[in-house]
Amino acid sequence: MALYSNVIRDRFRRPRFRGMLERPDVAGEDVNPLCGDRVRIQGRLADGRLAEARWSGDCCAISAASADLLLEMVQGQPAGLAGELTPASLLERLDSDIRPSRMKCVALPLTVLQGALKKEATR
Amino acid sequence: MSMGEKCRRDFPILSRIVNGHPLVYLDSAASSQKPVAVIEAVQRYYETNHANVHRSIHTLGEEATERYEGARDAVRAFIGARSREEIIFTRGTTDGINLVAQAVGRTLAPGDEIIVTEMEHHSNLIPWQMACRDHGTVLRAIPVVDEGYLDLDVFARLLSPRTKVVAVAHVSNVLGTINPVAQIAEQAHRVGALVLVDGAQSVPHLPVDVAALGVDFFAFSGHKMLGPTGIGVLYGRREVLERLEPAWGGGEMIKEVWIDHAQWNDLPWRFEPGTPPIAGAVGLHAAVEYLGKLGMSEVSAHEQALTAAAMEALAPIPGVTLYGPRNPQMKGAVLAFNVEGFHPHDGAALLDQHGIAVRAGHHCAQPLMKRLGIVGTLRASFSVHTTAAEIARLAEAVAALRSEL
Repeated sequence: MALYSNVIRDRFRRPRFRGMLERPDVAGEDVNPLCGDRVRIQGRLADGRLAEARWSGDCCAISAASADLLLEMVQGQPAGLAGELTPASLLERLDSDIRPSRMKCVALPLTVLQGALKKEATR
Repeated sequence: MSMGEKCRRDFPILSRIVNGHPLVYLDSAASSQKPVAVIEAVQRYYETNHANVHRSIHTLGEEATERYEGARDAVRAFIGARSREEIIFTRGTTDGINLVAQAVGRTLAPGDEIIVTEMEHHSNLIPWQMACRDHGTVLRAIPVVDEGYLDLDVFARLLSPRTKVVAVAHVSNVLGTINPVAQIAEQAHRVGALVLVDGAQSVPHLPVDVAALGVDFFAFSGHKMLGPTGIGVLYGRREVLERLEPAWGGGEMIKEVWIDHAQWNDLPWRFEPGTPPIAGAVGLHAAVEYLGKLGMSEVSAHEQALTAAAMEALAPIPGVTLYGPRNPQMKGAVLAFNVEGFHPHDGAALLDQHGIAVRAGHHCAQPLMKRLGIVGTLRASFSVHTTAAEIARLAEAVAALRSEL
């Protein structure tokens, strides 16, 4: 398995969900303690669904691809879906030889999204 | 034959194949590899001499004490300290700085000031932040100018009778800048401040004479200078150590103990509670002998030539930015750089595929990264065993990076 699969290379070069929303209903950001990278995720909710989601931040190719794939998986889906996802769901899609030292890069976008939705749910 | 080619044979790990390529180890600034002399010294010690030091009344205990105290004498000579009482064995640079921050911290009063620099490794920043939290002291920082030097005009203005401690790296672990610590110490002493120097990146690479530098404390690590992990050295000027209370208590650091009080041991043991890293000291002794035989002026010339070669090889590669002084004569054995569009961790992971080990990230210097406006850098660092051919391999792999992601 490649260190950086075509999936990662493609998402890193041509992210589909990178950007900012003008009036997000949910938003979150966190830092990867390994590298100080920051990932922000914003979402718009409608009828219990995550109608639209975008990510931003300066981060490595793995985090970028992970964020982009994650938002592809959850956009348009019931908001509760994000809570059911695990890093393993992302690993499967990334199709790369992710070393233990880079697992945080995979997991960070998911933690950020789940945190943002939880914050919204308890508001 | 160059020093690098000659020394390579002494480092067993350098014969490793990593990801199908001969290992190019360019991460000595994080932790250096070990020559056979060090590995064997530690093994021989455990096989023949090991026991606890200082109070074991038997042959092995005496031998272990002799080896441990012998290491102290070797380190004293290596860094030009005047007396063995000034050499305190620690767990590493971080441990040594924390020791000073604790012990000196207790002498500070609210409103006193501590001066650090914007280029400090977290190990020479966080202990001082904690001292400020605990004692109401104020932290000030000498800024870094664009080319990676300290702004000494600002330093002169920051100094005042309130300044009690100036804590500065001898060589930046990112920029490689060799700071003028003798001059800084002289200025700091004029206002009565104590000066601590983080020597983690200088002792392994440059001739160091702590007495000539005129500093009060000088901390460094064994594992960055070809020695084992878990051993470090804190040099403390005798007159200063004598008036400080010990940082930590325990066995070995006392002369006599009653249930409610105790009398401290003499220097340097007063600052060495508990069983010390004896094998680490033995290994460090071997490392100091190894470096001593090479000669630190020769080591420094060899590594400076490599730094210059790396700068020359990397600078013309499209998208490459180098950080720190442009004059290699002003740099230690590290070179930080970035490749446009590449996160440092992706760069390091791809270089590793070529068997090239470099460091990537913020290098425990986040305030410096913020100052430079970047999340991190790649960093190649050099040692006695590094060769010009390895620098060429690095440059080749860096040039190819953009086609790989």
